[in-house]
Amino acid sequence: MKKRENQMKELNFLDSAENRKKVRKYFYIFLGILLAIDPFIHKHVELPWEGSPFFYAVYGYAACVSLIFIAKGLRLIVKRREDYYRK
Amino acid sequence: MINEIPPAAILIVGALGVPFFKGKLKSAYLLLLPAAALINLLAMPEGKYWIVRFLEYNLIFGRVDKLSLVFGYIFALITLIGMIFALHVTDNTQHIAAFVYAGSALGVTFAGDLFTLYVFWELMAISSVFLVWARNTERSMRAGWRYLLVHIVGGLCLLAGIIIYVAETGSPEFAYIGLGTYGIASHLILIGFAVNAGLFPLHAWLPDAYPRATVSGAVFMSALTTKSAVYILARTFPGTELLIWAGAFMTCFPIFYAVIVNDIRRVLAYSLINQVGFMVCGIGIGTQLAINGVVAHAFSHIIYKALLFMSTGAVLYMTGKIRATDLGGLHKTMPFTAICCMIGAASISAFPLFSGFVSKSMTVAAAAEEHLTIIWFMLMFASAGVFHHAGIKVPFFVFFGHDSGIRAKEPPINMRLAMGIAAFICIFLGVYPQPLYRILPYTVHYVPYTAFHVVGMLQLLMFGVLAFTLLVLSGYYPPEMRAVNLDTDWFARIPGRKFIWFCQAPLKRIGGFFDEGVSRIVGLLKTIPDRSVIVEKGTDSFFHSGLTSLPNLLFVWGRNLRTEIKQLSWNLAYILMPFFVLLALMLLWLS
Repeated sequence: MKKRENQMKELNFLDSAENRKKVRKYFYIFLGILLAIDPFIHKHVELPWEGSPFFYAVYGYAACVSLIFIAKGLRLIVKRREDYYRK
Repeated sequence: MINEIPPAAILIVGALGVPFFKGKLKSAYLLLLPAAALINLLAMPEGKYWIVRFLEYNLIFGRVDKLSLVFGYIFALITLIGMIFALHVTDNTQHIAAFVYAGSALGVTFAGDLFTLYVFWELMAISSVFLVWARNTERSMRAGWRYLLVHIVGGLCLLAGIIIYVAETGSPEFAYIGLGTYGIASHLILIGFAVNAGLFPLHAWLPDAYPRATVSGAVFMSALTTKSAVYILARTFPGTELLIWAGAFMTCFPIFYAVIVNDIRRVLAYSLINQVGFMVCGIGIGTQLAINGVVAHAFSHIIYKALLFMSTGAVLYMTGKIRATDLGGLHKTMPFTAICCMIGAASISAFPLFSGFVSKSMTVAAAAEEHLTIIWFMLMFASAGVFHHAGIKVPFFVFFGHDSGIRAKEPPINMRLAMGIAAFICIFLGVYPQPLYRILPYTVHYVPYTAFHVVGMLQLLMFGVLAFTLLVLSGYYPPEMRAVNLDTDWFARIPGRKFIWFCQAPLKRIGGFFDEGVSRIVGLLKTIPDRSVIVEKGTDSFFHSGLTSLPNLLFVWGRNLRTEIKQLSWNLAYILMPFFVLLALMLLWLS
């Protein structure tokens, strides 16, 4: 049993820092493309600010950053020891 | 007219047959039931069937129209997928509970009157709790009790609402109610529905109970309870402004919790509330586009949420661990499960080409169409946020992140098959949504794939990833911690316990004090002979039995709940009894 486990195929691609860097590099390039094509897209807007350049990118980034910081603040209020309810 | 069997009956009656089968035959039987229910539904024409005259009311077991059919399809489909996932489970109780639960969900969906609705509603709560208890740990026992008590309170509100409603209108018809016309009745009914839909602040049972359920039980639970409540709200309260705000709030607040919670299935439970928030908000908006969005989103949501619960459940099944702090790096040996989880994650995040994209955007578009600016911003914030926790956090901390050293194998073939089917549907609907659009209640004019929408959504999501990447790299991302995070269930759990203590100690002591004092006073009064007997009797019955027996009773009752926890049948009898008595009284009183 143990021997078989040792033989199990493992995907080690993400183990090396170099590969992880590569993944990040392609990710940043993709972000660049998303921003670059933004001005060329026909925008059919319901709400006025939707049409402003890079609106979704900025809002997505801002939303996630504020989400994390608010969540960190929330943790200060609601976090208790793991056995809180079992005292 | 009809040769079909009521959809609920196939599963509920069929459930009784489960213990008679063994081995391969049992597997076949377990799959046959939901498959039969699904095929039966597909062949069912619209109309009203199975009307039973009861006292002076018509009980309608089959109100079949476009809205109920969509929910019927998806409930039957997910029961089939969930059963494939659960095939390896040997515990018959779980299978029976799952079938009765799914059957009741179908019963709720096709109910045409409020009485039928109520009976199936309660049956759903009672059968689903067994999927929590079947985990058979002390924690799941306790969580199951809390789950049951919450749903019983919700059910009683609903029952009270129904009684007043029927008394006022004279008809138990299950149709549009709305908040304006019927006063207290509609509010009580709404509270009953809101408990099951997980509306704030009545949502806490969800992240409490779902992570404690069995591996396969959580799959059924994630699909049925909240979505049947969504269906009912869509029927009874469309266009209620309160629901717009309640829904939008529901999309936002759980994502903060989801970021800090450690148990991965609890993260999913919070994101479930967030997704149901989109639906509740859509119901509140109530336009044709919004209702279409709600139904479409419920459909695709059930599939991808089940997929997420299946893939994380598979991890729990194979490793015995589910906390983010204990997991990581599992993609190395569980690549298939990892891919399925990521497909579910991409779907819930509404990535283009995945099912969430073609459904969620309808609700958001409806908000934009009605120019609900603040709501729109909240929904967009939630869209970015859901990607953040369900889309990135779940796959990242389980399958990537730091290597936990766990080298678990892929789950059994039936689990993989179920995940594969769900993953396929997620992508299929994302690429080719027309089959889904065709079965929606209203004609769909909405086009999800425009260049602007695709690029906008990608920007929103990808820059969310950027935020995640930068925050993790810079160390600002809140680390995973073993901890309890307080939620609104605190109010029931801590003050509730204090109340029992209060009854047990101070109140009893006060009672004892009165007791002593009273006997002294009575002793004095006895010197007046002709009054003495009356005074003694009166004071005794008031102070002695009236004041002191109530807390005593409560204490004994509470203690019984704690110590008899293993003797389910007895406790269940206690809980079931008042329901049937109430139901009988209600029907008698109305007749």
